[in-house]
Amino acid sequence: MSPSDALLATTIREESGRLVTALYRRFGDFDVAEEAVQGAVAEAVTSWRRDGTPRNPAAWLTTAAQRNALDLLRSRGRQARVTDRLAATYDEEAPTAVGEDPDDRLPLLFACCHPALAPEVRLALTLRAVIGLTTPQIARAFLVNEQTLAQRIVRAKRKIVATGIDLKVPDDLDERLPDVLAVVYLAYNEAFVASTGSTHDRDLGADAVWLAEVVARSLPDRAEAWGLAALLTIQHGRAASRFTPNGDLVLLRDQDRSRWDAAAFKRATEHLERAASLHAPGPYQLQAAIAMCHAEAPSWAETDWLQIVALYGFLIREDPSPVVRLNGAIALAQLGERQAATALADVETLAPQLAGYHLWHATRAELLRLAGRDAEAADADRQALELTTNDAERRLIQTRLRKHPLTDGS
Amino acid sequence: MKYVFMFTSDPAQLAGVSEDDAQAVYGKIYGWFQENASVITDSGAELQPVETATTVKHGGVVVDGPFNEAKEVIGGFSVIEVEDMDAAIALAKTWPHLEFPGVAVEIRPMVEDYSQFE
Repeated sequence: MSPSDALLATTIREESGRLVTALYRRFGDFDVAEEAVQGAVAEAVTSWRRDGTPRNPAAWLTTAAQRNALDLLRSRGRQARVTDRLAATYDEEAPTAVGEDPDDRLPLLFACCHPALAPEVRLALTLRAVIGLTTPQIARAFLVNEQTLAQRIVRAKRKIVATGIDLKVPDDLDERLPDVLAVVYLAYNEAFVASTGSTHDRDLGADAVWLAEVVARSLPDRAEAWGLAALLTIQHGRAASRFTPNGDLVLLRDQDRSRWDAAAFKRATEHLERAASLHAPGPYQLQAAIAMCHAEAPSWAETDWLQIVALYGFLIREDPSPVVRLNGAIALAQLGERQAATALADVETLAPQLAGYHLWHATRAELLRLAGRDAEAADADRQALELTTNDAERRLIQTRLRKHPLTDGS
Repeated sequence: MKYVFMFTSDPAQLAGVSEDDAQAVYGKIYGWFQENASVITDSGAELQPVETATTVKHGGVVVDGPFNEAKEVIGGFSVIEVEDMDAAIALAKTWPHLEFPGVAVEIRPMVEDYSQFE
């Protein structure tokens, strides 16, 4: 990313959500507001690269988005008189960046993550409306078909308009916040898995961390919001060492820990302390605490596995999902031979739920190998290979299969 | 905004509900309409059981039964007017019949702006 592209990306990220909210408040049409901002983002990408960055990028975006909104309203032929009247007042108003309060992105976020929208479209809509990603960028980041994605987004926006989903922070925050946090979590993790270290024109991981922090700062008394911000900050602090320059995946145990971002870990510690002070533990805080154990360990061997196993105990109580139990088993196996055998037994019990999940097979392979059952381990790795859709993960398993040739002569 | 609530149920699942329980909920439903009278613009109708349904299809074909083959059937509808979708969802959640399995309330916004047809 060139410096001007980086400035473009951060300006778009800072301003998009606010502009959508402001234009929605002004014109009362979410679809128009969102399209207008997307249009302005597209114009900015072309124009700023061609003519250089404007002196006040935020004002530039605001002006372009406002003009687009008026054009859209005119072309849709509705409220023609209202539009003209508004247009007249615009000429008198100096274009100012709208809304300085970080809270003004929150109502938009809650609308994009509304339970009336299908879960699979909430992430895409959030990335477009709140962060200002374009549909092609989202399609590339998540390896999905661009046209299908575009149609889904259009349908979701129409539903927001037609059903009267307002942009507001809901009264039943306890019920709705988990949906929002889940989308922010996905924004990071989907990008993490899909990314093979190749350069995108936006750093989606950084965007997700930023969004998690926006949510936490806007809802400072919500422990899980801080927990998620801490978790993503730690994960992002380790991102640089997750891939080799060739895009090969590096497992945690083999990562170059000198490349981890100590400043990010410090910020994450502050987030976690903030969360802990609220005395409302939850799954994100526990995951962050586990991630922090890894972040603080000088090496895989010197990791405080006992602590991690204890934290997994709490986490499984909060969230007994098979994937969490799988990860807990991996930690348990590090404590010693006897515990590794228990871990393998635990993993075997998850077969009914996870037999279609490549990481279940990959984990099982590792534990079988620890137990000296190399032939079965190779079989499990082969199953994992068959099930993974991710290139980097596929290469990793292939390497492992080469390192551990079959010893039974087959 | 105006919304239509479509009250649906699965008769097979309701068959297991005792007569007393059904009566108790019926009383609560009566209360629900009274409590929410200020946002109910049209209390709509409670429909006779699905066995009474007759459907006229494309081409004027008349058939016995409801328009679709789903297990769930529409038992009635009402028109409400509230601030926004969140308020509509909150109100739907208080529908007394929801305490029985297989019961659901579908919320649909009404077309109110006909300016596009003018």
